[in-house]
Amino acid sequence: MTPMAQMNMVQALNSAMDVMLGRDPAVVLLGEDIGYFGGVFRATEGLQRKYGEHRVLDTPIAEGAIIGAAIGMAVNGLRPVAEIQFADYIYPGFDQIASELARLRYRSAGEFYAPVTIRTPCGGGIRGGQTHSQSPEGIFTHVSGIKVVMPSNPYDAKGLLITAIEDDDPVIFFEPKRLYNGPFDGDPAKPAVPWSTHPKGQVPEGHYTVPFGKAAIVREGSALTIVTYGTMVFVAALATASLGLDAEIIDVRSLVPLDVDTICSSVRKTGRCVVAHEATRFSGFGAELLAVVQEECFWDLEAPIQRVAGWDTPYPHAFEWEYFPGPKRVALAIKAVMEPV
Amino acid sequence: MEKRSRLHLPRVPARPGEAPDFSYLQLSPAGAVPRPEVTARARDMSGVAQELVRVLDDAHDAVGPWHPHLDAADLQVGLRHMLLTRLFDERMQRTQRAGKISFYIRSLGEEAVSVAQCMALRPSDMLFPSYRNQGLVIARGIPLVDLMCQLLSNTRDMCKGRQLPVMYHSAAGRIFSISGNLATQFPQAVGWAMAAAIKGEDHLAASWIGEGSSAEADFHHALLFASVYQAPVILNVVNNQWAISTFQGYAGGEQRSFAARGPGYGIAGIRVDGNDFLAVHAVTTWAAERARQGAGPTLIELVTYRAAAHSTSDDPSRYRAKDDYQHWPLGDPIDRLKQHLIKLGEWSQARHDALSAELDAIVVKSWKEAVTYGTLTEGPRLDTDSMFDDVFKETPQHLQRQRALMHRERE
Repeated sequence: MTPMAQMNMVQALNSAMDVMLGRDPAVVLLGEDIGYFGGVFRATEGLQRKYGEHRVLDTPIAEGAIIGAAIGMAVNGLRPVAEIQFADYIYPGFDQIASELARLRYRSAGEFYAPVTIRTPCGGGIRGGQTHSQSPEGIFTHVSGIKVVMPSNPYDAKGLLITAIEDDDPVIFFEPKRLYNGPFDGDPAKPAVPWSTHPKGQVPEGHYTVPFGKAAIVREGSALTIVTYGTMVFVAALATASLGLDAEIIDVRSLVPLDVDTICSSVRKTGRCVVAHEATRFSGFGAELLAVVQEECFWDLEAPIQRVAGWDTPYPHAFEWEYFPGPKRVALAIKAVMEPV
Repeated sequence: MEKRSRLHLPRVPARPGEAPDFSYLQLSPAGAVPRPEVTARARDMSGVAQELVRVLDDAHDAVGPWHPHLDAADLQVGLRHMLLTRLFDERMQRTQRAGKISFYIRSLGEEAVSVAQCMALRPSDMLFPSYRNQGLVIARGIPLVDLMCQLLSNTRDMCKGRQLPVMYHSAAGRIFSISGNLATQFPQAVGWAMAAAIKGEDHLAASWIGEGSSAEADFHHALLFASVYQAPVILNVVNNQWAISTFQGYAGGEQRSFAARGPGYGIAGIRVDGNDFLAVHAVTTWAAERARQGAGPTLIELVTYRAAAHSTSDDPSRYRAKDDYQHWPLGDPIDRLKQHLIKLGEWSQARHDALSAELDAIVVKSWKEAVTYGTLTEGPRLDTDSMFDDVFKETPQHLQRQRALMHRERE
């Protein structure tokens, strides 16, 4: 058993890349400010110094070129891990992701494939305004041929990132940046809580994996099921605690592929379901979760499924906490789903 | 007259009913453009980005510093590949018109680009083609039957029925999968070349786009990354003057040559007569040597003419002068190489006719074999279940379920 260490999410991500750079000479990192400087969120700190400028590349500010070049590198036998500095900046690379990266294996009938991992910080709650707060995961889950994951804690972050780098399919790895330093529960008035207080801040120092396609039951319960991921895992926990309800909370972790069995077994048991994410509501990934639960569990449901999300507006700088789907919005949805029919 | 700001619209030289006019083309006499050292700095040789490198003169002699001094046997191989490409195109065009395949794109008039460039590179170099580069595939020796099966989307289709006709690939032949979206392959080729450099390998990447799609951001991304990392890559702009109906002036070719984009990024840029087999070969050899010596990337503009329609879905008589190709000042690439070989005493009309007949027979024989593996309407079909394969390496649960649902609707 590899020794455990106390890590926040940034350190866990750094450790995953450190482990993989050390194990596999094909792994390279590329992105804006990630080399000498170590990344604006410090996720790659020290890695260029340790592995050299040919393994950890600073790039020009050109996301389309970063993704395009990463595809070519992967076709030539490397395993690139590309950082897009903010998920909000990913759109210039969208064509290379949706039309190229996601479809290369399919269109070439498996003769070519590109094991590229794209890491990108997402989500709000850091005073980022409308261009540093988005959660665009649903745009990518709609693209066939790309895996989409979002961890909610340091342990999962490292294990999922190692899985992503070792995976032969392309992966978009969303990092809820409000969780980088601690398990934020949606109440900005409270003092920040560090990961050192949380069991998932204990992370193996060496190599381990967390599989794709496996949701985590964060809290077992019988009154209702909350299906969520990212920052909202902790918001959901606060909301249920405030209501004194015995909720089962499921952290989806892996959006594509999706662990339908874990989600639906839980809903069949509890008969009630709330779906929650920070991203905008309309055509969000929550709509897919809700549809799956409705299709699979309709006859077990005691009440209509409720959905909690960000408002369908850009993320406003001045009204960050009015926008954020905090514990009160989740609690309202829980109350609605708990009402007797 | 009062000076004021204005909107300029690039002028198309000749529309239908007008006389063809190629006076806009900047030409240089054969042999006139100097050949820089392969390690020369990009900023010290911007002249070659504006001039036009030509080797074959009007008397069919090879002249000047770019003369590649190839063996006659190599020239004959080049002629054979170009002729096969043209005959294959002609047959496949007719096959599409007969309703046997859904779509086709000819490379008529541009055969020297793909064939000469492919022959100037090593088999280990990686090619990132566009959709009018069938000469690359033919010059790399991929059997015509394989190409025809792709066109037919039949049981032997390399793409398993997933791609439009002409979107070939060959991992063994080091030919990358053609996207169908334009220009996307350009930054990918640069990334491939960067990986070769990271791994310390001697291979280079080459990619092709049209002048029209050089307007895409991917083109500029590729040049930027190629310049920043001095990647061992050859980036080719095939300037065939037309992007469907849009003249090259609308891609920004009116004010400055496409090759001149190179020096703007600190990349060697060379403008070459794309219908001159010897010049294309020489320029590509120069660029490959440059890349292999660590002197970085080259942008090559190949000046040629799209003699045929954009595709079988296009009718150029609606937007350009009808007999324009007969007036194209750089002639026909096959005819020019043929005349050069005849002048060298290494070819004759009789040999040419015999070769044409031999190659056409190969095309016909290949087609007869290809259709035995199925067509769009007849014969064996691909297993429909295979449409769910290769979305991911392993088929996830939701795709397995959709495959089962498809079975139910087919019951």
